[in-house]
Amino acid sequence: MDNLAELLHGFTIAVTAPHLALMVVGVLLGILVGVLPGLGAPNGVSLLLPLTFGMQPVSAIILLSSMYWGALFGGSVTSILFNIPGEPSSVATTFDGYPMARDGRPTTALATAFGSAAFGALVGVILITFLASWVAQVALAFGPAEYFAVYFLAFASFVGMGGAAPIKTVVALALGFAIAAIGIDTVSGSVRLTMGVDELVKGVSFVVAVMGLFGIGELLVAVEEEFHARAVSSTIDWREVFRAVARLPRHGVALLRSAAIGCWMGITPGGPTAASFMSYGIARRFSRRGRHFGTGEVEGIISPETADHAAGTSALLPMLSLGIPGSATAAVMMGGLMIWGLNPGPMLFVDQKDFVWGLIASMYVGNIVAVVLVLLTVPVFAALMRIPFVVIAPLIVIICVVGAYSVSNSYLDVVMMLGFGIVGYLFKKLFYPLAPLVLAIVIGDKAEDAFRQSMLISKGSLGIFFANNLVTCLIVGGIALLLLPLVLQLTRLWRKPASAATETSVQEKVII
Amino acid sequence: MGRTSTFLLSAAVAVLGGTMPALAAWQPQKPIEFIATAGPGGGTDNLARAVQNIITKHKLIEQPIVVVNKGGGSGAEGYVYGKASAGDPYKVIFGTSNAWQQPLVSKVAFNYTDLTPIAAMAQDEFLLWVKQDAPYKTAGDYLKAAASGEFKMGGAQSKDTDEVLTRMIEKVGKVKLTYIPFKSGAETAVQLAGGHLDSHVNNPSESLGQWRGGTQRPLCVFSPKRLPQGPKITATEGWSDVPTCVEQGLDIKQYEQPRTVWLPGKVTPEQAAFYVDLMKKVQATPEWKDYIEKTSQVDTFLTGAELEKFIKEDLERVKQVAGEQGWLVK
Repeated sequence: MDNLAELLHGFTIAVTAPHLALMVVGVLLGILVGVLPGLGAPNGVSLLLPLTFGMQPVSAIILLSSMYWGALFGGSVTSILFNIPGEPSSVATTFDGYPMARDGRPTTALATAFGSAAFGALVGVILITFLASWVAQVALAFGPAEYFAVYFLAFASFVGMGGAAPIKTVVALALGFAIAAIGIDTVSGSVRLTMGVDELVKGVSFVVAVMGLFGIGELLVAVEEEFHARAVSSTIDWREVFRAVARLPRHGVALLRSAAIGCWMGITPGGPTAASFMSYGIARRFSRRGRHFGTGEVEGIISPETADHAAGTSALLPMLSLGIPGSATAAVMMGGLMIWGLNPGPMLFVDQKDFVWGLIASMYVGNIVAVVLVLLTVPVFAALMRIPFVVIAPLIVIICVVGAYSVSNSYLDVVMMLGFGIVGYLFKKLFYPLAPLVLAIVIGDKAEDAFRQSMLISKGSLGIFFANNLVTCLIVGGIALLLLPLVLQLTRLWRKPASAATETSVQEKVII
Repeated sequence: MGRTSTFLLSAAVAVLGGTMPALAAWQPQKPIEFIATAGPGGGTDNLARAVQNIITKHKLIEQPIVVVNKGGGSGAEGYVYGKASAGDPYKVIFGTSNAWQQPLVSKVAFNYTDLTPIAAMAQDEFLLWVKQDAPYKTAGDYLKAAASGEFKMGGAQSKDTDEVLTRMIEKVGKVKLTYIPFKSGAETAVQLAGGHLDSHVNNPSESLGQWRGGTQRPLCVFSPKRLPQGPKITATEGWSDVPTCVEQGLDIKQYEQPRTVWLPGKVTPEQAAFYVDLMKKVQATPEWKDYIEKTSQVDTFLTGAELEKFIKEDLERVKQVAGEQGWLVK
């Protein structure tokens, strides 16, 4: 109950006219950087950071975190409308969001995404409010072995449930791991796989990879398939926004499950990206309409979005209480905290009560402000889908080129992005799944580091993955998820060989 | 026409005068790019942004400044970019001692000689940290316990400053430590707090919050004398209360990490002098003092021959450790 009193005190700080104004400004700027190519939340926040040096720390963090919420919402817009995820965590949203938008329902897709994202964020912030001290302890229990176990779980939940042929999934994964290995290796400090290109020492940026794989890859497929070349006759109806949001409670189970996955991955430092992939994978397995995933299913949008925002929100807690940033944006904000003269760490909650609870209260209010503003913009964004393909296609190319270039002002990135476009096209044509590839690019090197750190600690013994209850549970869970589809398929094959065969061919068509 | 001739005139004067203040000699004519060889939020990034902020606030130059992060490959991305921009005085690279340390131990496509050194602006100290409830009270106790050979030392990156210091401790203290590299000092601090490590050698700012929060404490500082008096960090202790490692029988007199500023290679001496002068002005502002204090660093300013000497000495020390460990690249 102490926390509740503190929260009420926090509201008296957050809900003042200047702070509300800062939230609106922050959210609008955030939506802007989220939608614009190549900007993204970390860059937006770092651009704004110098402006905040003269402010009170509470006001400054309210402005920056509101911008973060806005950017998270804005990032989903490009994923859904153009198949270009702005942040790693919104990749999974493209799987069903983009097909639904192309199907003439961009309003529904956007409103569903925003509604479930807001729900996820709300659950995350409630968790922070009541379990702050407990949550901080959980994160401390995570050493390298536990980190590896969490990543393993994320891989297993997704890979084990994908629709593609298992061998193709393995190929895609292996390719992703190879790409993630490019650059300097954390554990040995040596340079790997640069193939004589000096600049590759920086590694392959995620943005470059997904812009090519999804944006350009999809474009190439669309150019080939004639039906795509027509504009989508999307109906833009204000009421559809509210109808879509009102329909959300029907998917209560999916919402709650995704929020739980998101919170868990946010607290254990798995992060929003792993959370969204895992949530999508699990939803695909357990949803009654799981077989239709990848063709524009509502739950295929709800699951990654809810988990992404629940994890993104609850990831701010480790940042405040332990000083580990859960995301790039959180890292920039942490730099800000230091410059404002605050030290993230266990004492922040004791020394700087006004700051911490002002921030937590602003997370409630800021997210409400963000979802209202972003729902208001849905018809505007949805209208973009009416623009004919011949106009949109060059625009997508421009977005991808500018986005890839602006990652680190490098032409090499543009060339690589186009190369990834061809890879993406080939993957689609040959029914290879893109998701495992992207997942391996994003968390492959982290998983590798964690594994090798564990091996250093245990002096090469795999026993470290069964050394305590926490890590054993995670590893066993991962193995079970990995084997489950195999077991199911085997039993099915054993019973009726014929029907199983037709089923796989149906699934081939909706590979994501 | 008039401006050009004044410019030429003052350039001529500068060349003739040799040591005269270089301000008049060269002035930037277009926006300047600050390259932080670290990701957003890290120590190097904070420095670049603090300098940018001070210059903008005090209007030290007319041209706008943009901070760009090129932290890939433990900073190599930024240095390679600096090398590729040879002759371009509009790119200022912010880094650490890894500008000369990294090329020793990994096959990166640059060397510090490809760049023009401007200054070392601040020194980050190193301390030996252990978990709050660890039984040892001094570095001597720590070394005795570490003789078991089971101790795990964490640090940021591999074959970088933290691991070099770890190997020096091993040699001086006659112990064997298992070094576990993580991505950053902050991550290492959390791993120590969770009991997954026995010790680390973080900079003050990387573990300040953890010390205050009572999850870990410093045993000693790798510095010839104790750190300057400052506000108390915990209820009873501040940085100046931490003994030096030499006092405690761990004979490593000095180990610190300078924050360095570079221009690309092949710039003119006037252009380099302009930035040396600019950084001096930055250092004279109250905001700089504030930045130094808040990040718990030590204020210093090395340039010219002094900086060369510092680099040479540091290089020798690292070369020796790297040679013994078999890290040197051919």
